[in-house]
Amino acid sequence: MAQIFRRRWNSIAPASIFGAALLACGSGWLLHAVYWSPWITRQMTPLEQPVPFSHKHHVYGLGIDCRFCHTTVEKSAFAGMPSTETCMTCHSQIWKDAPMLAPVRESLAENKPLRWNRVHDTPDFVFFNHSIHINHGIGCETCHGRLDQMPLTWQSHTLYMKWCLECHRAPEKYIRPRAEVFNLNWTATNQLELGKKLVADYHVHTEQLADCSMCHR
Amino acid sequence: MKIDAPSKIWRSLDGLAGTKEFQESRHREFPPGASELNHFDRRNFLKLMGAYLALASLPACTRQPIEKIVPYVKQPEELIPGKPQFFATAMTLGGFAAGLLVESHEGHPTKIEGNPDHPASLGATNVFHQAALLDLYDPDRSQAVLKNNQPDAWESFVSALNDVLQSQQSKNGNGLRILTETVSSPTLHFQIQQLLKKFPNAKWHQFDPVNRDHVFEGAKLAFSEIIETQFHFEKAKIILSLESDFLYSHPNSVRYARDFAGRRRARFPQTEMSRLYVVESSPSVTGSNADNRLPIQSSEIENFARALAEKIGAIPNSKIPSQNLQYENLTSALAEELLQNRGESIVLVGENQPPQVHALAHLLNNFLGNVGKTITFTESAVSNPTNQTESLRDLVEDLNRNEVEALIILGGNPVFNSPADFQFAENLPRAKFKAHLSPDVNETSVVCDWHIPQNHFLESWSDARSFDGTTSIIQPLILPLYAGKSAHEILDAMISPPGRGDYDIVRDFWNSKNPGANFENGWRKALHDGLIADTKLPGKKVLLRAVQFQSSKPNSENLEITFRPDTTIYDGRFANNGWLQELPKPVTKLVWDNAALISPALAKKDDLSNGDVVEIEFQNRKIKTPVWITPGQAENSIGLQFGCGRKNVGNVGNKVGFNVFELRTSHALFFTQSVALKKTGAKHPLVTTQTQHTIDSEDRQILREGTFDEFQKNSDFVQTGSEAPEKSNTLFNPQEFKYDGYCWGMAIDLSACIGCNACTIACQAENNIPVVGKTEVARGRVMHWIRVDSYFRGPPHNPEMIHQPVPCMQCENAPCEVVCPVGATLHDKEGLNLQVYNRCIGTRYCSNNCPYKVRRFNFFEYADYKTPSLRPMWNPNVTVRWRGVMEKCTYCIQRISAARINSEEQNRKIRDGEIKTACQQVCPANAIAFGDIGNPNSRVSKLKSHKLNFLMLGELNTRPRTSYLAKLRNPNPKLA
Repeated sequence: MAQIFRRRWNSIAPASIFGAALLACGSGWLLHAVYWSPWITRQMTPLEQPVPFSHKHHVYGLGIDCRFCHTTVEKSAFAGMPSTETCMTCHSQIWKDAPMLAPVRESLAENKPLRWNRVHDTPDFVFFNHSIHINHGIGCETCHGRLDQMPLTWQSHTLYMKWCLECHRAPEKYIRPRAEVFNLNWTATNQLELGKKLVADYHVHTEQLADCSMCHR
Repeated sequence: MKIDAPSKIWRSLDGLAGTKEFQESRHREFPPGASELNHFDRRNFLKLMGAYLALASLPACTRQPIEKIVPYVKQPEELIPGKPQFFATAMTLGGFAAGLLVESHEGHPTKIEGNPDHPASLGATNVFHQAALLDLYDPDRSQAVLKNNQPDAWESFVSALNDVLQSQQSKNGNGLRILTETVSSPTLHFQIQQLLKKFPNAKWHQFDPVNRDHVFEGAKLAFSEIIETQFHFEKAKIILSLESDFLYSHPNSVRYARDFAGRRRARFPQTEMSRLYVVESSPSVTGSNADNRLPIQSSEIENFARALAEKIGAIPNSKIPSQNLQYENLTSALAEELLQNRGESIVLVGENQPPQVHALAHLLNNFLGNVGKTITFTESAVSNPTNQTESLRDLVEDLNRNEVEALIILGGNPVFNSPADFQFAENLPRAKFKAHLSPDVNETSVVCDWHIPQNHFLESWSDARSFDGTTSIIQPLILPLYAGKSAHEILDAMISPPGRGDYDIVRDFWNSKNPGANFENGWRKALHDGLIADTKLPGKKVLLRAVQFQSSKPNSENLEITFRPDTTIYDGRFANNGWLQELPKPVTKLVWDNAALISPALAKKDDLSNGDVVEIEFQNRKIKTPVWITPGQAENSIGLQFGCGRKNVGNVGNKVGFNVFELRTSHALFFTQSVALKKTGAKHPLVTTQTQHTIDSEDRQILREGTFDEFQKNSDFVQTGSEAPEKSNTLFNPQEFKYDGYCWGMAIDLSACIGCNACTIACQAENNIPVVGKTEVARGRVMHWIRVDSYFRGPPHNPEMIHQPVPCMQCENAPCEVVCPVGATLHDKEGLNLQVYNRCIGTRYCSNNCPYKVRRFNFFEYADYKTPSLRPMWNPNVTVRWRGVMEKCTYCIQRISAARINSEEQNRKIRDGEIKTACQQVCPANAIAFGDIGNPNSRVSKLKSHKLNFLMLGELNTRPRTSYLAKLRNPNPKLA
């Protein structure tokens, strides 16, 4: 009987199979690359803000502690964003006519809050609690990076669940003494040894940390 | 048709009869039509989904949008964003207050709880207190002052009002009338007195369709003065309720439920139990908890009471006709019991019974020596107790004679809910100037010249008294959302224009009563505590008169209709509240409708089935209403509920239900005979959740129950009757899994549960549970995470009822966890069965496998998170679920998390009782216990070790963490 496929198909068939496989791998690689790229994760990408606030100047230059502005980080899930009044405690006297600070002055005058773009944002199905992390010895720098060296604010890490799990599965790799939580400069000489001791001292229940209910409800 | 033995439990009359439809419905898990999308069948749906899937991948390539983070301009000092604050306030219903603690997140109230220090609450609330939160954020609320239904300003109203008052001043207020609802507020009462001083000829009328007229008239008959009776159920061994729904509808029902349950719940040791007799026409929550119940017509109850009084010997020469054999046994047994337990019994009468019956109860209580022991008398907490029906009649007569020149109506909806023979809607336009203060533009507002939006209690300053007199300051949790005003502000504008704000009015009043340096401290303490100390009404000594009873008429066995406020819509004011419309009504479990309740015997006689629309005629007034066959309804009595069927209400409640007020006249406010019933041939589909999510069958034991006597003889009857598998077969095998953390568990006491549904609506408020509407409920898609299943046992004309709240069982060997293809439901170390919404893809296999049917699926986008006014209402600690995800009870994991974080920060363990799940916290009877079962001293551990403890469907080896304590009833053995 006559052949269904012409001779030409002898090369098209294997080529298309290999081509499809290559396409699948290629698109898989592409998706992966895009997913981990700063375009999606927004790592190292400063966002446009109403006022180009410099943590480097305020924290490194002036030595202001994190908690002066982020007041509720030790007490609540939400770290706290400084109110306009907080900014104006200094800027009603220093740089009080600077054009860069005009939005702040307007905000106080018109009683309209400043609308910042959120740099560290997890999806809505994640319930993150700052105070328990501070209490259990996780430094600001561990998740937010060297803010004291950032002239503009950007996200240092991906904030993906995989990244959170690195610590949640082995907190001894990242834990630090409570007294050093707000010290952005601190590094451990013997992290693992110190970490294991602190995990026990601070009653960190490692076996529970990877439960879904810790972050998702 | 085979009728199963009466010893079996059943849920519906079809089930009891074993009809073919029932057998079919048992085999289908879902009701007919559940798998179709509005006549769009599965094949077409899949075709469309295939096309959608191909295109869906394109828009999926987006990144998370940038969100704004918006701080304050001036941050309030004591507010920690992320941590809720609690403020004490109170809510009035029918004029009486209940103390509340309201949770507020960042300045907006998100959950209402009871105030544990308030005697009327003890930490619990009823369904209305819970639902009131939704009323605050209701998008259909009135937002502006209206003049002739056009928006206008408050200042224009004040100036128009003052013009009218100036012309009234010369006549001393001859044509001025104020109509309010029941007033217990000391400030409001004072203001009204001031107004009446300024206008001596003006009149003040009070009217509420649910009022205490008969109670007051009965007290006047018995004591020549208006007296309220305070009941002490914790001291009563025998309770006889003559149609009094004291567990649900009494102003102090939340407290009474706690006291009543105290003598019935599982205890160590359990040596005695109270006994409740209920005589009523229509099954009520109280009736469903009775040990012995008699369904008779409401009009017959008076004869019953007199027969009983004669048997006891309290009435020597009664003029009642020959004994009614129907209840001869009951009156004899009751008389014997009451006489044996002098000083330890309570006889109480419902607000719908005529004054003579109330007087008779006073006589009986006096004779039985209950006064001063189980019963104390006080004045009424109502500021000016009057007969409200007569008060309204006066007003209507004045209106009719055109004597009313200015009528200010503060609250209420008299056009809708006044007695039909008053013809209020026709008479109201005769007043020359009429203004109505109300939260929505309702039937009365559209007839008035001016409508002023009324502030919700969560937005206003006021005060009120609870049933025992305890006075609370009502403080707002949020500034008025719209241009609302309160009754205080209107009155102040009338007394001393332009009028102060309500904060000043209330504060100045209390300052005038407590002048001096200590006022500020006292004021702050009252606001902090939620009540003013030492304001409870003192006991009063009263003298029983020799009451002359009229000769009673023999019962004619004619058809009777009875009127009661709807159990979830009340007198109509909650018609636009989706939570209450969808809350299954106790006993019938109807939603989104009201029906005429008829007995199975009457249904058989007149060949009526569920949903048949009948026309009921009384004195030339007719209404049409569907019928619902209700087990336990008295044979020749039709139970009607008023409050539904409104036409001038927001989107939720418009035209829902059937208006019964059109039939209710002032000479027959609660029951009447001489009615005609006619079938119309039309049908109206009624939806009930009673037959949904059924898990009963002949071979599975869902409930354990028995009588108190059985328990005394054999305290192991629950343990030996059950079939739990070997204890080694568990997820938490101590040989495999070493764990010393918390183990959460729950125990629900069926003897304490009264079936009020407060847990259902509290869970809805706490967990952002959406309302789905009547059509979806008909398909079995109601979203309540905890439901109260009610079972019947016994003959259909008078069955016993058992209520069983069913939350997620949090099974250790959860059948739902093993079948989830994506791992969206799994176990955590503390024993909770978790539902991770972001992982769920909606296969619904978990719900399929759950034997308890506690899982709820979002078939559509039920949650309304777009309407701006509803957004502040959502609890920020709980995800608002989107379409396509499964959800279920989580043991309030947000509360567990918060407590765990708190305790770890304070370096201590979580204390027993520190975490209260939403359902546990609001239960008036304190039937739910939650805590750490790893701690042998916790309340829940102790209850689980009680001999009455059992697991629902334990033989399936699901090992649920939620267990039940068997229901014990205490029927009189002589009446078996």
